[in-house]
Amino acid sequence: MMSLSCRRVAAVTLKELRDYRRNRFVIGTMAMVPVLFIILPMIQLFAANATGNHLSVHIGLSLLYLLVIPVMVPSVVSAYSVVGEREQGTLEPVLITPIRREEFLIGKALAAFVPTVLIAYAVFGIFLAAAAVFAHPVIVSAIYAGTHVLVQLLFTPLLAGWAIWVGIAVSARSTDVRAAQQLSVLASVPPLILLALMLLNVITVSTALALGFAATLLAVDLLAWRAVAAMFDRERLITGRHT
Amino acid sequence: MTAKYATTRQPQREASLTAGPLNPEPYGHALAVERLSKRFGERVAFEDVSFEVGYGEVFGFLGPNGAGKTTTVRTLGTLIAPSSGTAIVAGIPLSPENGPEIRSRISIMPESPGLYLRLTVMENLQCFAGLYELNDVHGRIARALRAVNLEDRAGDLCGALSKGLRQRVALARALLNDPAVLFLDEPTSGLDPVATREVYELITSLRDQGVTILLTTHRLQEAERLCHRVAILNTTLRMIGRPDELREQLFSRSLDVRLRKPLDDPEAVLRALPGVEGWEQVPSGYTLTVTDPEVAAPQVARVLVSTGADILSLSESRHSLEDVYLQLLDEDVEEKR
Repeated sequence: MMSLSCRRVAAVTLKELRDYRRNRFVIGTMAMVPVLFIILPMIQLFAANATGNHLSVHIGLSLLYLLVIPVMVPSVVSAYSVVGEREQGTLEPVLITPIRREEFLIGKALAAFVPTVLIAYAVFGIFLAAAAVFAHPVIVSAIYAGTHVLVQLLFTPLLAGWAIWVGIAVSARSTDVRAAQQLSVLASVPPLILLALMLLNVITVSTALALGFAATLLAVDLLAWRAVAAMFDRERLITGRHT
Repeated sequence: MTAKYATTRQPQREASLTAGPLNPEPYGHALAVERLSKRFGERVAFEDVSFEVGYGEVFGFLGPNGAGKTTTVRTLGTLIAPSSGTAIVAGIPLSPENGPEIRSRISIMPESPGLYLRLTVMENLQCFAGLYELNDVHGRIARALRAVNLEDRAGDLCGALSKGLRQRVALARALLNDPAVLFLDEPTSGLDPVATREVYELITSLRDQGVTILLTTHRLQEAERLCHRVAILNTTLRMIGRPDELREQLFSRSLDVRLRKPLDDPEAVLRALPGVEGWEQVPSGYTLTVTDPEVAAPQVARVLVSTGADILSLSESRHSLEDVYLQLLDEDVEEKR
């Protein structure tokens, strides 16, 4: 059984977080996406008629917009994680150290996961607070009714995990940062579509179905590092040639 | 440093400075490479490479661009899997399973420094101290920065440093784990003469401390100045030895004679000189092939003076490492034809 070094994982994560802090592009992405995706659900919320037939659709759309945040925010940074380092020439010095590819990838994933989840939860908190203060009590009750809050809290980290591993996988196989970022955003969307169908009542959601979907996503997130590690070929990344 | 590594860096012994391959006892070889090859499909990166490097030795790896120097270093650093052959790196057999252990005992400074430009010097080094799981991080970083004279730049962003300073930070990074073998891949590539001289001084200082170094370069002056032994690689290993050994192996010993005016009948005079096996006229005078310059020189001087020649200078021919290198590469070109 391979043992992973927490210290090496932490070294990669801390380095990434320090790098993000001084990277205008990352800061811009992490700021712009939440700003955009809190405005859209607010519009949906205030456009909703408390007595109308489409209240549940409006609420579903609002919550769906919020779930775009954990998909979009990490996609951009995780797609940069490997191919970006390669382009900068910083990948080789890291791979020369005793770090294992799994440690490197988990460190990268954590660095994208932690700020994403914090931002997404913060935005959801702002949304709930704004709804409580400004929206009609019926709408507020509808938001808190059922499993909306639970779904939001549960699927935010799960979608973030998915988007991050897809982004890193694309990054590990790409030769161009921009192409990797575009591809990873596209590849992160499928679970969001399924969730949209649930939130918009196209698929009738039972608690069992929601939990089953969450459990599947969790399993994928937890095992994805092994699959992505298998795609991470040191020799190809260093020389550009397949082993 | 842990006791594990304490035995790997040994004080430099007299023999290491003067002899060819170092006496492997009692410390063993820092590097022992046996018939190592790497192919990328049909293309041969390097082939059938064998050499040994003793602890405390500075070993130069010379070759033109595309000769396989960097690929050899990457292979020994476990970044690339060899196609065939074996090697022992810092006392550990080269294999994928031993990769992390080997990489913990060595350091490679790539041609490009590869620093995180948005991070400070200190943050860069802290990251790598974590990757090596080092104890006493602050002490080690302080020592590494002191070794490269960068103690006062620890808080600077790497992106704000000059190319030469970045190279020094990369060297500090490579020294963090107190490596048993330090690989320096073209360490002065792209540097101006002042920065180059600074890097030379740093390498000389490391050499004097007994650090085992494998230095790849195509700058022959660099190899001649810094290395105890050199290997010339052009896909295959062409020669290996001390620079003076290589000169002796490749070139016959000769004397350069400059006279005020050419001899009237050089064949008659020069053929008769004791210890002279052959001669040729060159623009500056004559080059005499001799068996032993120290024996032949006084005799040649006496005979030339007795024939009435005015000698301006008489000296042993000095072939540089560059001569050796170019001769070998010329031979390779001839072979390919």
